[in-house]
Amino acid sequence: MSTPLRIIREKLNITQTELANLMGTTQATVSRMEAGQWEPNASQVQAVLAKSTSLGVDLSVDDFVLPNMSVSPTNGTSLAASEVGFDHRHLLGIQDLSPDEITFLLDLSNIYAERNRTADRKMSLLAGKTVINLFFEESTRTRTSFELAGKRLGADVINIAVASSSIKKGETVIDTAVTLNAMHADALVVRHPHAGAVQLLSEKVNCAVINGGDGSHEHPTQALLDALTIRRRKGHLQGLLVALCGDVAHSRVARSNIYLLQTMGARVRVIAPPTLIPAGMDRLGVEVFHDMRAGLADCDIVMMLRLQRERMTGSFVPSVHEYFHFYGLDYEKLSHAKPDALIMHPGPMNRGVEIDSAVADDIDRSVIHEQVEMGVAVRMACLDVLTRTDPRTAP
Amino acid sequence: MTPRVAYTNARVIDPASNLDLPAADTGGLLSDGETIAAIGPDIFNDGLPESAVQIDCRGAILCPGLVDIRADLCEPGAEHKEDLESGSRAAAAGGVTTVVALPNTDPVIDEVSVLEFIARRAREVKLIKVFAHATVTRGGDSDELVEMGLLKQAGAVLFTDGRRTIVNAKVLSRALKYAQAYDCVIMQHPEEPVLAEGGVMQSGELSTRLGLPGIPAEAEIIMLQRDLKLVEMTGGRYHASHISTAAAVRAIAEAKAAGLKVTCDTAPPYFALNELAVGEYRTFAKLSPPLRREDDRQAIVAGLADGTIDCIASDHAPQDQDSKRLPFEQAEFGAVGLETLLQLTLELRHNGHLNLPDALACLTYRPADIVGLPVGRLTVGGPADLVVFDPDRPTRIEPDNFVSKSKNSPFDGRLVQGQVLRTVVDGRTIYSAAA
Repeated sequence: MSTPLRIIREKLNITQTELANLMGTTQATVSRMEAGQWEPNASQVQAVLAKSTSLGVDLSVDDFVLPNMSVSPTNGTSLAASEVGFDHRHLLGIQDLSPDEITFLLDLSNIYAERNRTADRKMSLLAGKTVINLFFEESTRTRTSFELAGKRLGADVINIAVASSSIKKGETVIDTAVTLNAMHADALVVRHPHAGAVQLLSEKVNCAVINGGDGSHEHPTQALLDALTIRRRKGHLQGLLVALCGDVAHSRVARSNIYLLQTMGARVRVIAPPTLIPAGMDRLGVEVFHDMRAGLADCDIVMMLRLQRERMTGSFVPSVHEYFHFYGLDYEKLSHAKPDALIMHPGPMNRGVEIDSAVADDIDRSVIHEQVEMGVAVRMACLDVLTRTDPRTAP
Repeated sequence: MTPRVAYTNARVIDPASNLDLPAADTGGLLSDGETIAAIGPDIFNDGLPESAVQIDCRGAILCPGLVDIRADLCEPGAEHKEDLESGSRAAAAGGVTTVVALPNTDPVIDEVSVLEFIARRAREVKLIKVFAHATVTRGGDSDELVEMGLLKQAGAVLFTDGRRTIVNAKVLSRALKYAQAYDCVIMQHPEEPVLAEGGVMQSGELSTRLGLPGIPAEAEIIMLQRDLKLVEMTGGRYHASHISTAAAVRAIAEAKAAGLKVTCDTAPPYFALNELAVGEYRTFAKLSPPLRREDDRQAIVAGLADGTIDCIASDHAPQDQDSKRLPFEQAEFGAVGLETLLQLTLELRHNGHLNLPDALACLTYRPADIVGLPVGRLTVGGPADLVVFDPDRPTRIEPDNFVSKSKNSPFDGRLVQGQVLRTVVDGRTIYSAAA
């Protein structure tokens, strides 16, 4: 198979080792690039271009792109995106990320989002790589989204659902991690009902780990897809006023969103009954409201959170009836937000509990389906960046 | 037959009698067989007694062997975590010569036969002195009182449901009343269980960031205040375990001022660590009660300094790897503490909060007096239970070197000062540090 890099190398008439030296990498990496499993980064491309100039060989950036790549490098393919880089082995939470890293992930996600809208969305970037979806907790949309993301990139995707009963039987997270590690996966996507479990697992495996949600701790890809959705609609995140409404206490989505939005310069409010606001919330730099109308005033984004069914009947709120009356999003409450405020929900929705059906389905205001679409793009970007270096050969 | 032993060149400290002898080769302590024969600054003025073995302490401190009134020794039932022998060896390495074991064993210590089993095992192991508390209720989790009088006769030290709170106010008030017939103390783990239910660490910003369910500090004071009212009502003797909050220190001080028969202890994690030790889900820092905020930690230090807190217990709670290498919420509570008890208590002295005799009082006669055991002091004719230690030698806490079967210490890698050199029980050296 002739990939762009191989054609370039033949034009330059040099060996793989010489090219590797030029690019500051190893011959094995060049070999994988030529096999289409890997892409050179921007500085490597520049080095090769400089060499071609000195040799008098006519070469341009476009020569590095696969002929079937529909996205041109000028509007920022992963070549450009690589300039910033993402120096993490795992994606465990938004708390670990800098504004530049978040911007980098969002830029790359946006490229994949555009690509996903074309007919030519199947890629071979992760061909030969294995992605394992390890879900210790029920999930349909997140698992499907990661599965689709992996398959779009050409990876082999395996889904493993560990029923909660077998956790109770004594199969520990570490046992599972050690078993999977022996299978040499390239990326593990893990969801677990307990906070910190994904981090614990990541310490025991050699491959990249993506947190698909751990207890009430973090759900980083959800926050990224929410940010991407907002950025595409509003053009920026800086300075926006975002309201998070509902069960903040038990929500990993709320936490990851708070960290991301604050890191990117947005202001965050949380609106919920006091029983659903966790301890020390004021110390996270958010404004706390118990009244929807006051809290929604002047908001650019209204982000609803799911209320778990078992928390609706007396333990945290007296009833669904009362909850919807005071905290369910309907047009009247929404009227206090900005006229162009967007409505978001991480899904699955409880219609008539936290959100009125008409509001949820309002095609002018609700971007709930776009969130799902962006989810696939964000997860492609995450799988892409975290599998770029081969962990098993890293020092 | 243990020979006569002359301990020379030791700074001899006995907090119970306010004794503090400077190190000298003409004075020190002489033991004869199992008991102390003489203590004084000039007992060796005319040279060592005939046939006495000399132990030159080289300026180290000699004090009563430490007394730990609350430790899990895990036998019977969880011998994979600790047993009487490994626990005794761990105690000896920490300078502890008397341990009172908690009754949370399997089966629990709620009848005489289990108590006799512990006593028999301690005789077989023949290292430190091992005593045991009995439960207050049958099974340690019911509303039915144990045979307190018979258990007391058989050697039960005091009565406690251990790491479970006695929630039922009627049961606790009856226990406090009934115990007076046999002059028994009731020891409580003061935590409102419903408020604390499901919680795994101190509630606050950190628990919110980690996404972990929190336990409010108020869970401790709520139960303690109720208990103190029951103590007032019944006139019983009450001991609060491992208090960890500023509010609890205040409540105990007020109860003592009001003349109630109340005592309490704390454990090293509560004066040496705060909630930040949980860090990134460090399960070794998952304790019950949980590590609290910094102002609570400071209040515990102050409570030790002013004597509101009577003593320090190790709260030794061995957990094996399988119980701790889990997601934080699923991991067991507890930390080992026998081997670090003295070093961490010495931090209070090195940081200028307590002088050395007062720090040692928290580990010797004061706990012994609470539980009514004739140990923890240096008296002529009394048992020669001794510890010789260097209070200043710098060292690093390395759980891998622990004698205990379990290594779950939140102090892993901590730099401390203090080194036990020799532990003596009934005149017999049972531990001696490698030179």
